[in-house]
Amino acid sequence: MNVEQIVFYFFAALTIIAAIGVITVKNAVQAVLCLVLTFFSAAVLWMLLEAEFLAITLILVYVGAVMVLFLFVVMMLDVDYAALKQGFTRYLPLGLFTALALFAVIYWVVRSKYFGSDVIPEPAKHGAEYSNVKELGRLLYTEYFYAFEIAGVILLVAIVAAISLTFRGRRERRGQSVPGQHKVSKEDRLRVIKMDAEKAPSDELEQTADQNDEQQRGNS
Amino acid sequence: MSLSHYLTVSAILFAISIVGIVINRKNVITLLMCIELMLLAVNTNFIAFSRYLGDEVGQIFVFFILTVAAAEAAIGLAILVVLFRTHRAIDVEQLEELKG
Amino acid sequence: MSMQSQLLLVVLAPLFGALLAGLLGKKLGKKNTHRLTILGVAIAFAISLKVFFSYLYGGAQPLNITVYNWASFADLTIQVGFLLDSLTAMMMVVVTFVSLMVHIYSIGYMQDDNGYQRFFSYISLFTFSMLMLVMSNNFLQLFFGWEAVGVVSYLLIGFWFQKETAIFANMKAFLVNRVGDFGFILGIGAIFMLFGTLDYAPVFSKLNSAEVLIGNINTDEISPLAVVGLDKTISVWGEGSETVQWSLISFICICLFIGAMGKSAQVPLHVWLPDSMEGPTPISALIHAATMVTAGVFMVARMSPLFEFSETALAMVTIIGAITALFMGLVGIVQNDIKRIVAYSTLSQLGYMVVALGVSAYSAAVFHLFTHAFFKALLFLAAGSVIVALHHEQDIRKMGGLYKKLPITYWCSLIGTLALIGTPFFAGFYSKDAIIAAVGEAQGFASGFAQFAVLAGVVVTALYSIRMLLIVFHGPSRVDAHTAAHLHESPKVITWPLILLAIPSLAIGWLMAEPMLVGDYFKDAIVVHDGHDTLQALREHFGNAFSFALHGFVTPVFWLMLLGVVAAIGIFWWKPALADTLSKLLTPVRKLVENKYYFDEFNQKVFAKGAVSLGNVFWRYGDKAVIDEGVIDGGSQTVVKIAQKARKLQTGYLYHYALIMVLGLLALLAWLLFVA
Repeated sequence: MNVEQIVFYFFAALTIIAAIGVITVKNAVQAVLCLVLTFFSAAVLWMLLEAEFLAITLILVYVGAVMVLFLFVVMMLDVDYAALKQGFTRYLPLGLFTALALFAVIYWVVRSKYFGSDVIPEPAKHGAEYSNVKELGRLLYTEYFYAFEIAGVILLVAIVAAISLTFRGRRERRGQSVPGQHKVSKEDRLRVIKMDAEKAPSDELEQTADQNDEQQRGNS
Repeated sequence: MSLSHYLTVSAILFAISIVGIVINRKNVITLLMCIELMLLAVNTNFIAFSRYLGDEVGQIFVFFILTVAAAEAAIGLAILVVLFRTHRAIDVEQLEELKG
Repeated sequence: MSMQSQLLLVVLAPLFGALLAGLLGKKLGKKNTHRLTILGVAIAFAISLKVFFSYLYGGAQPLNITVYNWASFADLTIQVGFLLDSLTAMMMVVVTFVSLMVHIYSIGYMQDDNGYQRFFSYISLFTFSMLMLVMSNNFLQLFFGWEAVGVVSYLLIGFWFQKETAIFANMKAFLVNRVGDFGFILGIGAIFMLFGTLDYAPVFSKLNSAEVLIGNINTDEISPLAVVGLDKTISVWGEGSETVQWSLISFICICLFIGAMGKSAQVPLHVWLPDSMEGPTPISALIHAATMVTAGVFMVARMSPLFEFSETALAMVTIIGAITALFMGLVGIVQNDIKRIVAYSTLSQLGYMVVALGVSAYSAAVFHLFTHAFFKALLFLAAGSVIVALHHEQDIRKMGGLYKKLPITYWCSLIGTLALIGTPFFAGFYSKDAIIAAVGEAQGFASGFAQFAVLAGVVVTALYSIRMLLIVFHGPSRVDAHTAAHLHESPKVITWPLILLAIPSLAIGWLMAEPMLVGDYFKDAIVVHDGHDTLQALREHFGNAFSFALHGFVTPVFWLMLLGVVAAIGIFWWKPALADTLSKLLTPVRKLVENKYYFDEFNQKVFAKGAVSLGNVFWRYGDKAVIDEGVIDGGSQTVVKIAQKARKLQTGYLYHYALIMVLGLLALLAWLLFVA
């Protein structure tokens, strides 16, 4: 058993154990941390597959940004996680059965009879001069440039969507209505009221009482 | 290390995430995390095939999947926050407006 | 002007009159409306008269003109065209002349009616339709005219559409006519089946080629129809080897005659005609006496080449005609409504015409049609004049002694009555005597019964006609005092048409008998096979019109007529008590006749009630149970039930959907791996 195999089995086992942890631990923060561990060990497996750039990206972007976002949300929401885990075992047989059946079907296809090293031998390792980043960059900025741009737009839209979904401030827009300003007429702005130059004090009192009444009716 | 090994690992990851979806009947966050796990399994498949078939385009695919997954996670969490605000809970069993 | 444009003018002038009166009547006003429509009909009459004279004296040849190609299918071309021959020319004159008289008469009769313009529009439209019918050169145009006159008749019977009885009568007329028209259209279809065309000319020429064979081949061995390939049969009943095969020619003739029975009101489709008296009197004169009801007679005469080949159909025609002639006349004796008496008289006279058709005396039938049109229109218009004078009183028991107050009406009625009962020298004498003589000569099936019917019919005709004349114009006045005070002769627009119709009623018989009855006026239009010519004997003994009429005084027919007249005078004038005694003596017969042989009751109970109960069954079990509750409500309820079950599938829980999705994925993968 060479080093590579030791590394593979160790990190493959770690990935699987951490993934089981994600779905079983009671504490949500622990679950997120298990997920982070899963991503870390998966990144090692990717490294073994010579996808260095993506492995680093997985850790930087996923663990660094997305998982931190998960942690934020989990910690922000005041949820009783223990209660949420109830009824866990009730559905376990069903879940296990489904998952095992699915795994069996997939394994039937991917077992070594079809994808073993004698069917598809492992290609030779790249030399020291090979740069995975350079290779990906070449593809990304030439052939897949439009797709790359669209990916950028998708991220922008996601930002806008996330913000607009969670935005809690005032929704109205402050601005001018130019057509409304043009349409305005003299009567809308100025109301000439005919009234006596003098008023009896009793009238004034009555009027204020009336006004109060009106206001109350308006409020109700 | 044959391709079969990597594919088996990702198949196990995929199966685990499905178990997670089925058994976690209450917590939306766990559901989202299981989806992340599934995507990880798929990405692993892509990279493994890219390596064994000697074609870097598979890695480009993973790149884009990561992008979309990040966007999805962001929006999913945003929805989760809104959901919590309106229901004061993230219990999936309470989300049954679509019940016929 | 070419012949074609003249003929077009004949039909279009009344049509334009009708359209202007109908669409712009309110703007034109009453006077302009009747001026315009009368002008249209007068133009048609003038040209018709000119055409008629060209055939009567000028010996003009038949003319077949195609005006317009209406539609063309694979082997069927439908045209609008005119067939002009002596028969058409005669019908045109009758239609336009009576129509003109009725137009003028209506100015007086309808003057206070709200529907004045509508009325003129309808009668002009009727004139157009009737002219299209008689002038047609193909079966489809004939059918168009046939239906169009039916529609106008419907509109006019129900002219006073606020009267319940009028609505009932026009519906009845229309429905009964539909029965006949159904036969008629079947006949037309069978003609297309046999001849492959709907034009008269090819049909007649083919029949003609069969006819000329009759003397030349041994008809015992092979029928002339077989030689020209017209001896096809049609299965009318049953299936397989048990089919009942009829000669197609007989089938055609019987179907066409069923159409004629409807329009010419023959038993048992006569029930609509007495009820049609609900319409205004001018209409009864024009449509239900002089022209439309004779359309059936005209059509059979026009189809004489066809009917001559079918003994069966002719026998049927004879029997139906004889029954109608005798039994409808009997009903006339017991009626008390002045218009209904004349209506039953019309039925009886139509029966005479049909009998004549049945014994192949087509020219006698058409000649009776010709004379009858004048004197029956006269009688109706005279009756109308009486009705107007008495402020729309139609019951003869409330009349009497009117001859002093209404002299012109009285004399015209007298002339009409004398013509109707067949007094020598009057118009009806020539035509009726010719029919009786022809029936006497007939050898065919049921000719004995027909002979009895037409002879007895003479007595009956005299009886009811003289009865009506005596009760209305003679005897004590039973008019109520208020009406009697205002009683005076009708205005000139009413009396002039009476006088103008009285003249042909007097004179047309001996003027036209020679060319039409015994001459060869109809030689181009009517075909009679040699063996069938029942008018042959008459032709030999005729001499001239004057001597024929003189001889008429010594025939048994005259004495039968005299018997009827004397009996009528005896019973209804001399000793009215005798009438009561007789009616008590003959109570069962009287009841039968008064109830018109229970035809109406039978139709109401069997056909109307039957249709209603059949409809009820379909409504209750077919429409309500099956369609409403079964298909429509049942369908929606089934959908609701299924949907109520199906909505349970929608739990609303996210993990259910996810699980189902995964299971589906699993199944799909398994299928891909292990099955496909």
